[in-house]
Amino acid sequence: MTTDHPRPPPRRSFFGAWGRRELKGLFWQLLVVGIAVAVIAFLWSNTVTNLSARRISTGFAFLGREAGMPIADSLLSYSPRDTYFWAFVVGVANTLRVAVIGIVLATILGTLIGISRLSANWLLSRLAAVYVEVLRDIPLLLQLLFWYVLMQALPAARLAWRPVDGVFLSNRGLILPSIPIGMPQLWVLGTALLGLAAFYVIRRALIAQQMRDGKPRKAWPIALGLIVVLPALVSVLLGVSWKIEWPELRGFNFVGGLTLAPEYFALLIALITYTSAFIAEIVRSGIQSVPRGQWDAANALGLRRSFMLRQIILPQALRVIVPPMTSQYLNLTKNSSLAVAIGYQDVVSIANTTLNQTGQAIEAIALIMAVFLTISLGISFFMNWYNARIALVER
Amino acid sequence: MTVITDVPDAPRAARRPQTGNPVLRWLRANLFSSIPNSIISLVLLAVLAKGIFSFVQWGIANAVWLTPANDSSACRAARGIGACWAIIPEKYRFILFGTYPFDEQWRPALSVLLFIALFYLSTRRAWWRRELIYIWVGALALISVLMWGGVFGLSFVSQDRWGGLPVTLILATFGLAFGFPLGILVALGRRSKLPAIRSLSVLYVELIRGVPLVSLLFMASVMFPLFMPSGFNIDKLLRAQIAIILFAGAYLAEVIRGGLQAVPRGQYEAADALGLSYWRKNRLIILPQAIRHVIPPLVNTFIAFFKDTSLVLIIGIFDLLTTAKTAIIDPAWQQFSVEVYIFVAAIYFAFCFAMSRYSRSLEATRGR
Repeated sequence: MTTDHPRPPPRRSFFGAWGRRELKGLFWQLLVVGIAVAVIAFLWSNTVTNLSARRISTGFAFLGREAGMPIADSLLSYSPRDTYFWAFVVGVANTLRVAVIGIVLATILGTLIGISRLSANWLLSRLAAVYVEVLRDIPLLLQLLFWYVLMQALPAARLAWRPVDGVFLSNRGLILPSIPIGMPQLWVLGTALLGLAAFYVIRRALIAQQMRDGKPRKAWPIALGLIVVLPALVSVLLGVSWKIEWPELRGFNFVGGLTLAPEYFALLIALITYTSAFIAEIVRSGIQSVPRGQWDAANALGLRRSFMLRQIILPQALRVIVPPMTSQYLNLTKNSSLAVAIGYQDVVSIANTTLNQTGQAIEAIALIMAVFLTISLGISFFMNWYNARIALVER
Repeated sequence: MTVITDVPDAPRAARRPQTGNPVLRWLRANLFSSIPNSIISLVLLAVLAKGIFSFVQWGIANAVWLTPANDSSACRAARGIGACWAIIPEKYRFILFGTYPFDEQWRPALSVLLFIALFYLSTRRAWWRRELIYIWVGALALISVLMWGGVFGLSFVSQDRWGGLPVTLILATFGLAFGFPLGILVALGRRSKLPAIRSLSVLYVELIRGVPLVSLLFMASVMFPLFMPSGFNIDKLLRAQIAIILFAGAYLAEVIRGGLQAVPRGQYEAADALGLSYWRKNRLIILPQAIRHVIPPLVNTFIAFFKDTSLVLIIGIFDLLTTAKTAIIDPAWQQFSVEVYIFVAAIYFAFCFAMSRYSRSLEATRGR
C-alpha cells in the first residue's frame, strides 16, 4: 500500500549539522510540555479562584485540629477529641493491618490452590479450577458486599456459633482467645527477632563456607537455639506470663479475647479469597514453567521429594512467580481501599470523611496518594530486592 | 514419601488389568491412584455432597420462586430455610435499568444488545479490519441516540435517570474506546527517545497505577468542580467516565509497552530504512505487531477493568451493582440481599467468563 509512494528527496537541513531529526524532536517535546504546562496552569488558576470563592484555606494546618470523627475499630488508641493527623495515622495503621495480614494469608491460600490445580487428583484440580474461575470473574466490591451481608446475617452474640471452644462467630464479628501483649512480652519477642537476624547472618556465613569446601552444614540447630531456646530462656528468667485470655459472653457482648469486627473480617475474607485466585494462577504457571526434565533429573538422582522441591523446583519456579506476585501484593493493598463501601475506616475512608468535614479536598487526596505511593514503593523495593536475590545468575 | 518407594510400585501397576469397566479404570487413575489421593478424594466428595445438598435445599427445594406483586410474606416465612428468588422478578427491571422511565426501557435493553453484538463482532478474527472502527463509531453513536433520545421522536431522558447494566457497559466500553488510544500514545511516549515526553509518560503511568481507583473516583467527584471555571459544571457520570478513561489508559499503556518491547529491532530498522515517518512507521509496522503480541493480556486487562467499573458505587453512580444495592433498600425485601447479589454476580460472571474463555482460545491459537 505504501510502497508506491516515492521517497521524498533528501532536504538540505536549515540548521546545518544540527539535523532535522533533532529539530523535530525538540519541537514535539516543546509542544507536549507546553500543552501539559498550559493544562496544569489552567486547572491551577481555576482551583485557586474556586477555593477563594468558597473560602477554603489551603495548606495542612487542618491536621492539627480536632477531628471529631469516631473510629470504631483500630489498633491504636483513638478518641474523637484527637487531631486529624492522629486520625490519619490510625487510618494508615488500619490499612496496613488489612494489607499485611491479607498478603500473608492470600499467599498461603493461593499457593495451596495453585498446587491443587496441578494435582493428579481430578476432583481436587477441578474444584481448584472452579474456585479460580468464579472468584476471578466477579467484581471484588460485589464479593465484599456479599461477605458483609453474610456477616450481618450471623446470629446475635447470645446465639453465637462456636466452631471450637473459645472461638465465637456472631454478628459482632469473630472473637478469638488472645494473649495480652505488654512490655515484658515484647522483650521476649524482641529477643526472638534479634535471634532471627543473628541466624540470618550466621546462615550466610555457613553457605559461604559450603561454597568453599562443598560440605553441607546443618543450620537448624542454630536456628532452634537462637529463635526458640534463647527467647524461652529470657521468658523464664524474666518470669513473663503467657496466660491465654479466653473470651466470655457477659450480658449482650463479649469480654476479653481478640475481636475482629465484622467490617474488618469481611474485608479480610474478600481480599484473601479474591487475591488468592490470582496468586493460584501465578503459582501454577510458575511451577509449570519448570521444564519436565528438571523433575526427571531430580528423580533420577534419587533425591528426597522435599529436597527436590526446595532445592530444584522452587528456586526455578520463583523466578517466574515473584514479579507478578509483586503486582498482586500491590493490588491487594490498593484494593483494601474498598473498605469505604462497608464502613471499615482505612486511610481512604478517613481521608474521605476529612474531606467532607473540612472541604480540604486537595490536601486529603494528596495524603491518600502519598500514603499509597509510599506503601507501593516499599513493597516494590522489597520485592525487587528479593527478585534480584533469586534471579538467574548467568556467568 | 521417597521416590525410591515408587519403584516397586511399577511392576504392580503393570500387573493391574487394563481391561474392565472404563468408568472404574478412570476412577482408579484419577481419584484413587494412591492412599493419600483416595483420602483427599473421599473428603472432597463428602464436602461437595454436603455443599450441593444444602444449596439444593436452600436454593431450589425450599425456595420461593414467585409471589404476588410487592408481597414478600411468603419469602419472609421461608427466611433461613429457603432462598427468595421471587425478589428477582419483582426487581429485575430496576436492577437492570435503574430509574430509566419504565415505558422506555426497551431503549436501554436494545443498547445492551447492541453492545453485546459489538463485542461479539470484535472478537471475530475475520472482522479485524479497518471497517470495524467505523462500526464501533456508528454503534456507539446509535447507542447514545437510544439512551438520550430527543431526536427521531424518542423522548429525551437525562443522564441522571440512566442506571443499571447499560451504565456499566457504557463506563467500560467508552473507558476502553478512549483509554486504548490514550494507552497507545503513552506507551509510545514511554519508549520515545525524547526525554521530556518520556518522563511525562512515566509520571502519568506511575501516578495513576500507584493509587487506588477509589481515590481517583473521589478526585473526579470532589475535585473536578474545583478544577473547572466557575459556572462550568459537567455531569457526575461524565466525571467518573473521565477518571475511568485515565485509569484504563495507564494500565493499557503498560500492556502495550510490553508488546512494543517484543517487536524485534530489525522491524524498526527496516521501517527506518524505508524512510517512513515516525507515525507511519508505528501505524503500519510496529503497532500491528505489538498489539497482536499482547492480545491475551489485553483481554485480561479488559476483564479487570470491566469489574473495576463497579467501584463507581462508592461515588453514587447508578451502575449495575449500585442498582442492585438500592433495590434491596426497600424494607419489604431488605433481608434478601444475598439472592440479589447472586443474580448480579451471575451477570458479571457471564461477561467476564466469556472474555476469559476468549482470551484462553486466543492463547491457544497464538502464532497462527
